[in-house]
Amino acid sequence: MVETRLRLAKPELTLKQKVVRLNWVLVLLIMLTVGLGLAVLYSVSDGAMDTWVRAQGIRIGIGFVLMFAIALVDIRLFLRLAYVGYFVALVLLIGVELAGSIGMGAQRWLELGSLRMQPSELMKVALVLALARYFHERSMEEVHKLRWLLIPVAMIAAPALLVIRQPDLGTALLLIFGGGAMFVLAGVRFRVFAVGTVAVIGAIPFLWRSLHGYQQDRILTFLDPERDPLGAGYHIIQSKIALGAGGVFGRGFREGTQSHLSFLPESQTDFIFTTLAEELGLVGGLGLLGLYTLMLALSVIIALRSRNHFGRLLALGIGATFFLYVFINIGMVTGLLPVVGVPLPLVSFGGTAMVTLLAGFGLMLSVHIHREVQISRRPGGTFS
Amino acid sequence: MGEDNGRYKIFTRRALLVGGTQAALLAALSGRLYYLQVVRSDQYRMLADENRISLRLLAPRRGKILDRDGRVLATNQQNYRVLIIPEQTKLGDEEIDVALDRTLNALEPLIPISDRQRDRIVREVSRKRNFVPVTVVENLTWEEFSRVNVRSPDLPGVLSDVGETRYYPQGKSLAHLVGYVALVSEDDDTDDPLLTLPGFRIGRTGVERLSDLSLRGKAGASHVEVNAHGRVIRELERREGQPGSNLVLTLDSELQKKATERLGNESAAAVVMDIWSGDILVMASTPGFDPNAFNYGLTQDEWDRLVMDTRKPLTNKALSGQYPPGSAFKMIVSLAALEAGIVNPGHRVFCRGEVELGNQTFHCWKRGGHGNMTMTSATEQSCDVYFYDVSRRTGIDKISEMAKRFGLGAPVDFGLGIERSGLMPSREWKLARTGERWQVGETLITGIGQGFVLTTPAQLALMTAQIANGGLRVTPQLIKPADPVEETRVDGGLDLEPGQDSRSLGISASAMAVIHGGMDAVMNNPRGTAYRSRITQAGFEMAGKTGTSQVRRITEADREADRSIAETPWAERDHAVFVGYAPVSAPRYAISVVVEHGGGGASMAAPIAHDIMLKAQRLGVARDLRQAAAEVEAPPEREG
Repeated sequence: MVETRLRLAKPELTLKQKVVRLNWVLVLLIMLTVGLGLAVLYSVSDGAMDTWVRAQGIRIGIGFVLMFAIALVDIRLFLRLAYVGYFVALVLLIGVELAGSIGMGAQRWLELGSLRMQPSELMKVALVLALARYFHERSMEEVHKLRWLLIPVAMIAAPALLVIRQPDLGTALLLIFGGGAMFVLAGVRFRVFAVGTVAVIGAIPFLWRSLHGYQQDRILTFLDPERDPLGAGYHIIQSKIALGAGGVFGRGFREGTQSHLSFLPESQTDFIFTTLAEELGLVGGLGLLGLYTLMLALSVIIALRSRNHFGRLLALGIGATFFLYVFINIGMVTGLLPVVGVPLPLVSFGGTAMVTLLAGFGLMLSVHIHREVQISRRPGGTFS
Repeated sequence: MGEDNGRYKIFTRRALLVGGTQAALLAALSGRLYYLQVVRSDQYRMLADENRISLRLLAPRRGKILDRDGRVLATNQQNYRVLIIPEQTKLGDEEIDVALDRTLNALEPLIPISDRQRDRIVREVSRKRNFVPVTVVENLTWEEFSRVNVRSPDLPGVLSDVGETRYYPQGKSLAHLVGYVALVSEDDDTDDPLLTLPGFRIGRTGVERLSDLSLRGKAGASHVEVNAHGRVIRELERREGQPGSNLVLTLDSELQKKATERLGNESAAAVVMDIWSGDILVMASTPGFDPNAFNYGLTQDEWDRLVMDTRKPLTNKALSGQYPPGSAFKMIVSLAALEAGIVNPGHRVFCRGEVELGNQTFHCWKRGGHGNMTMTSATEQSCDVYFYDVSRRTGIDKISEMAKRFGLGAPVDFGLGIERSGLMPSREWKLARTGERWQVGETLITGIGQGFVLTTPAQLALMTAQIANGGLRVTPQLIKPADPVEETRVDGGLDLEPGQDSRSLGISASAMAVIHGGMDAVMNNPRGTAYRSRITQAGFEMAGKTGTSQVRRITEADREADRSIAETPWAERDHAVFVGYAPVSAPRYAISVVVEHGGGGASMAAPIAHDIMLKAQRLGVARDLRQAAAEVEAPPEREG
C-alpha cells in the first residue's frame, strides 16, 4: 500500500506558520522580474494593453495563485506524486505527437477543450521532480553504479526524443541539460559524464540526420552568421545591432528603433531581451541578469538549507532548468548560441512557460518552507 | 542519518559546482553584453540607423515651356491614376497572385483595364517587392477616378493618387520643335540620381531634350524612417528640390498654329524669323505627330506607322529637310556678281527660252523665252537664261562664297542635334568629293538653285532675313534668354554703309537695293511670278522670290509631254519654294516655305507665305500696341 510505504508525517506546520516561512525575498525578486517583463511587453505592443499585456497579466495572476498553492503543499506529497506527474506529462507529449495541432511551424500544442497547453513545458518540471525522487531514493553506492543510471537516462531520453520530433530543439536541450544537472547534483561520478559525452558525440551524425532542415540551418548559421544575412542569420545580426545600438543607457523606453520597426523578429517572445536591452541599455540588461543571479543564488541557499535530499535536488534542479532558460535565451540573442526557440523566463510572452516556471518556483518555495522535514531514503522509513 | 550526511557533503560540493558554473556563465553573458553594448556600440548604432533611415528622392516639377507671349507650349497636367500595393490586397491567407487577380477583376467594371495592361501589371508585381505600388491605369477621367475612390473601402491595397504628366496643349503644331518627354532608357546618362526614379521622364527630342537639365530641376530628398519591410513609417527630414525653370521660346504659337494649318496635309516646312533679333517666330513642319502620345509609349503599330510614313511625320523638315532652293537662290547669284563687279545692275541678256553651252542645251522655265532682261526683270520673272549667263560670268567659287556668307552650307545650329548643313558646292568640294573637275554647265545649274546645291528651310529663312535687313549677320534665336538683354534693334539698317556695323556681311547698300527691288517686283509688279500672292493691305506689302526645284532631271520626253502637275506622280513632282520678307517699306519678318513635291513655288508656296506673313504682321502690330500700352501704364523705372 502506498499509504503505508510513503506515510506522511502529521503536518508539523500550521498554514499560518507556512505563510510566515515563505521566502519573501524570492517572491519579491519574481515579482520584480515579472513586472519588468510586463513593461517590455507594453513597449513592444506600442502602448496597447490588448495585444499582450493584459493576457500576460492574467496568466501571471493564475501562475502566482498556483505558485503560492504549491508552496504551501507538504513536500512529501510531491515526492509521492513525482512519478505519476512524469507519466502524465509523458502521455501528454505522446498525445501531441498523435493529435497535436500545428502552431508556429511545429507541433507543440495540445488542445484540451478550450485549454491550449504545451506538454513539453510541463515536462520540464515533471522531469526534475521524477529525477529528484529517483536519486533521493538511491544510495551513493547505487548512484555510482552504471546500471542504476539506465532508468534516469531513459527518463530524460524519452521526452527529449519526443520533443526533438516536434521539433523543438530548445526544449530538448533544456531537458537534456536540466536532467544532466540532476545527475551532477546526485553525485554521479564525472567519468560517467565523460563516457556520456563521448556517446552523445558518437550519436551526433545520427542526430544530425534526424534534425529538420531549418534546425540544421540554424546551427550552421550560428557557426557562420554571414552565411545567410537575409535569412536565418538575419535574426542574430538584427538582434546584435539592436543591443549594440542600445549602448549603456539604452535608447529610452519605447524608443527602440530595431524593435519597433520590425527589424527584430518575435520581439514579444524569444527576442524580448533584445528589446529590453535596446531600450534600457546595458543597465537594463545587467539589471535583469542581476535579478536572475539573485534568484539562482537563492535556489542554492534554499537547497543547502533543506534537510531532505529530495528537496535539495528539487530546488537546485528547478534552479538549473531556470538557469538554462536564461542562458540559452540570452546566449542566443547576443549571438553566443544558435537561434533556438527558448523563451526568456518570467519575461517572454507565453502562457505555459510562465505558469510552469511559477509552479517550479512554487516547488522551490515549498522546499524552503518544508526545509526541516526529513524524508527517509527508503519508502516507508523516515529519519525523524 | 550517517548515510544522508555523506550524501549531503557530496551534494554541497556539487551544488557549489553547479552554482559556480551558473555564475561563471552569467558572467560570460554580462561580458558579452558589455562587449556589444559598450565596446561595439558606435558601430551597431550606425548600423541601426542605416537600417531604419532611407533616403527617398523627390521629383521636382518640370519647368514649363512658354511661347514669346507666355502661352503654354508644354506643361504638367494632373494625372489621375490608380495604383495597387500587392501585399495589401491579400485577404487572410490568400496567395498574392490570387489576391491580385481578384482585385483586378473588382476594378475592371470601374476602369478600363486591357489585357495588355493586365499582363504588364502581373509582370511588374512579380518583379517588385510586394509593398511597392504598381501602376494599374494612368490618365483616368475624373469620373473613372471618383468611381474607384468611392469603392476604395471595399478594395484593400488599391490606391488612387494624382501624379503629373507632361502635356502639350499645342499638340501636333509644335511637336517637332518642343519635342516630347519619355521614360529614361538604359542608354541615358544616369549621373543624376533623379533618373533612377521609377516613372521619371526626360526630354527625348526638341527643346525638351535641348534644355532638359534646366527644365528638369534639382531633386529634393526626404529622409524617411522605414521598417524592416521597407515600408515608410514617418518622415524625419525633408529637403524640397528645386523645380525646373520655365523656358520661354521666341516662338509665336498663334502664328505657328496658323502656319501649321496653312501647310495642312502637305509634306512641308515654314520658318518665320525676326530679321533684326533673329527670333524664330515660326518653325513649322508637317505632317506632325501628337507628342502627348509619347508620354505613355507608343505601340509597335503606332510607331511603325510614324516611321514608315513617306511624308516623315517625325522629321523636323525646317531643320533637317534639305532641298534644292531653285530660283530662290538667284539673289545670291546676283549679289555675287554685283559685289565682284562682274556685271552691273543694268546688264542685259536676251532670253529666247534656251541657251547652248558646248553641246548642252539649258532651258528656261518659260518655253518661248523672256526676251530682253535686266537683273531686276530677270528676278521678277525668274528668268533662268539670264542667271545662266550671270553665273557663268561670275563662276561657282564666288557664288559659293556669297552663299556661305548668307549662311548657306552651314547648319542653323540650335544644338538640337538634327540641324543639317545643306550643301554649297564649289570646285574644291567637287574634286574632293568625286575626284572629277567642276564643269561649267554645273555652274549654270547651280545658278538657278539646282544641281548639287541643297538648303534647309531654316537656312533659306536666315538668308532672306539677312538680305532683308540689308546684309547684317543675324543669329537665329529659339530660346529667349532668361535674363533679357536690351533688344538691340537697328532701325533703318538699310542705310548703313558696309563696315559701319560689326554685324555687317560686307555687302554694298547699292547691291542690296538692287536685290530688294527685284524681290519687290516679284510680288508687286503684275509681271512678277508671285504677283497673285501679293499682300494688298497698305504697309504690309511683302517682297519675295519663288522657287521651283526639280526632284529629277527633266527629260526631253517630259518636256514634249508637258504633263500637268496632277498627272505627275507625287514623289516626282517639283518642290515648291518661296522666300520673302515684309513689310517692304520697313522690313521686319523673313519667311521661307518649302512644300515637298508641291509643284510650283508661285502656285503652291507663295500663297501659303502670303497668309502667314499677313498674320505675322497683324500679330506684330498688336503686340507692339500691347507693349506700348503696358509702358504707358507702368513707365520703365529710371535710374538715378
